[in-house]
Amino acid sequence: MRLSRPRMAPSAVVWLLLAGAYFIVPLYATFDFSLKKNAVGAPCCTLHNYGWVIHNGDFWHTIKISFILALETIVISLFLFVPTIYWVHLKVPRLRPVLAFMALVPFVVPPIVMVVGLLKTFKGAPHWFYGTPWGFLATAYVILAFPYTFFSLDAGFRAIDVHTLTEASQSLGATWTTTLFKVILPNIRTAALGAAFLTLAVVMGEFTIANLAAFHTFPIFLQYVNESQGFPAGALTLLSFMITWGAMLSLLLVGRKRGARGAVIAGAR
Amino acid sequence: MSYLQLENLHRQFGSFKALKGIDISLGEGEFLSLLGPSGCGKTTALRLVAGFDRPNVGRILIEGKDLAGVGPNKRDMGMVFQAYSLFPNMTARQNVEFGLKIRGRDKADRAKRVNDLLELVGLGHAAERYPHQLSGGMQQRVALARALAIEPRVLLLDEPLSALDAKVRVQLREEIRRIQLELGITTLYVTHDQEEALAISDHVAVMYGGVIEQMGTPAEMYTAPKTPFVAEFIGTMNRLEAHVTDGSAGEVEHAGTRLRIDAARGRTDGERVLILIRPETLELQAAGNGAANGNMLTAEVVTQTFLGPVTRVKMTGGLIADMSTARAAALPVGANVVAQVPTEGVQLLTLAADEALPDIGEGT
Repeated sequence: MRLSRPRMAPSAVVWLLLAGAYFIVPLYATFDFSLKKNAVGAPCCTLHNYGWVIHNGDFWHTIKISFILALETIVISLFLFVPTIYWVHLKVPRLRPVLAFMALVPFVVPPIVMVVGLLKTFKGAPHWFYGTPWGFLATAYVILAFPYTFFSLDAGFRAIDVHTLTEASQSLGATWTTTLFKVILPNIRTAALGAAFLTLAVVMGEFTIANLAAFHTFPIFLQYVNESQGFPAGALTLLSFMITWGAMLSLLLVGRKRGARGAVIAGAR
Repeated sequence: MSYLQLENLHRQFGSFKALKGIDISLGEGEFLSLLGPSGCGKTTALRLVAGFDRPNVGRILIEGKDLAGVGPNKRDMGMVFQAYSLFPNMTARQNVEFGLKIRGRDKADRAKRVNDLLELVGLGHAAERYPHQLSGGMQQRVALARALAIEPRVLLLDEPLSALDAKVRVQLREEIRRIQLELGITTLYVTHDQEEALAISDHVAVMYGGVIEQMGTPAEMYTAPKTPFVAEFIGTMNRLEAHVTDGSAGEVEHAGTRLRIDAARGRTDGERVLILIRPETLELQAAGNGAANGNMLTAEVVTQTFLGPVTRVKMTGGLIADMSTARAAALPVGANVVAQVPTEGVQLLTLAADEALPDIGEGT
């Protein structure tokens, strides 16, 4: 006999629809808005605004800067924090709460306060650092993304038996580097990817610091278009939304690769 | 010359002294079990040998060479851990191959050795499975194959069976011994299970409070424990406090009852002693049937535990006797019995005037 599926309560359906509408309605409104043309009496629906965005040199220029910045932030963050968090879990677990507290600081300190502080701190720094997004902005974004990086990686390390895996690897002759790259990293891959994509999302949407430090990133371009041309801004918003979702989807796909499940399950024992 | 030597090892964590100077000497190809309750220092000793920790004082030598300053990845010690330690991102084959890859063995050589080892542990069919697709017992077999793959100088096993169910545990411990004998590999085995240690070891070292209480063959440990703790920890033992009343006649007194015990001969009168009697050597009979010939203790049956062919009878006064299940049926709970204490084969330990007996809980 087949078991019938448990039926969803009507109230749950209502809440689900309401929650769905909360997300879908603004998106639909933006989409609808993006199909309009900036002229009186123009036909209802046109992809003109999307064409404008795609053929806009500033769009490609700023999105390139933001993407490279995001990648740089991800690389620096993982390079700094994977070994650090690994070491803390392995050797000095009592420092974990200290790190967790430090990771909360960027949540507590508003970006506007942070950028003022950072600008003052690095005022005398050389131009390659202070005057380009690759130095100053990347540094600020590593700090800004620290909570996301830390809590993702921390969860990943807590899901595996760091001590036993490390000792097993060493007893087989592996060095620290081999252990980190061949044993530890593959088993926290999902967590590292989570950290990477959260960082990507943070950098792709960060406005305050870039604006006050006078760097021309994608969110600055988005704000400029929004102020100067209404309808193309809708198209731009949806395109950036799709980029972020594309990143999240790729995380999902990579995370479901063979072996990842094993890592989580075995680690959770 | 001994193959593996531990000399005067001390290890202290803060104010806690985990090891208070242990000495072990093990010949090549021998199997030694470090046996003791939690916190006795056995795992600490094993970790020192593996190189995961350093002693405060003392040396570890292999073939006469001091291992001080040699990192765990340079010691060539295969280790099997208590927790499941297979790399979750690798198949069984890749796990076993890991150490060989690090040693730069060529591909054909690696493949052959991995296949041989997986066959040896009975898992040739599961080579391509990931750890989460293997049972606990299978995972520990792979871990054993992985540790053996690097042809270690010493095999270290840290309670590898403690997470497994009873049947698999017995099966796997026999396999470990078979493989160890087949390969002739020097092995250090940590366990808190005395039955396990006695079953598979050449030598057993019982540890308590950071020191080795006694070391010897399993038979020596069982038949001639040298301290009250070893007597209690290895097997089940009746421990009766007594004092010598007549050393020349070999007579002692326990709870008002005089007993004649050969081992008491030549002891000083008034000496405080501990009588050690294995449960299987106590003869029980129903009280008042007239068959007893002295040298007996009277008691009342408190519980009976069915253990298959034998039944364990517990009596008042803390007495325990193992007897055939058929005979135990005649001595139900509440029955008054006499326990015949044999004069020969009973151990006697001297107790200091103020020495308390170690309490390790219910006898096992």
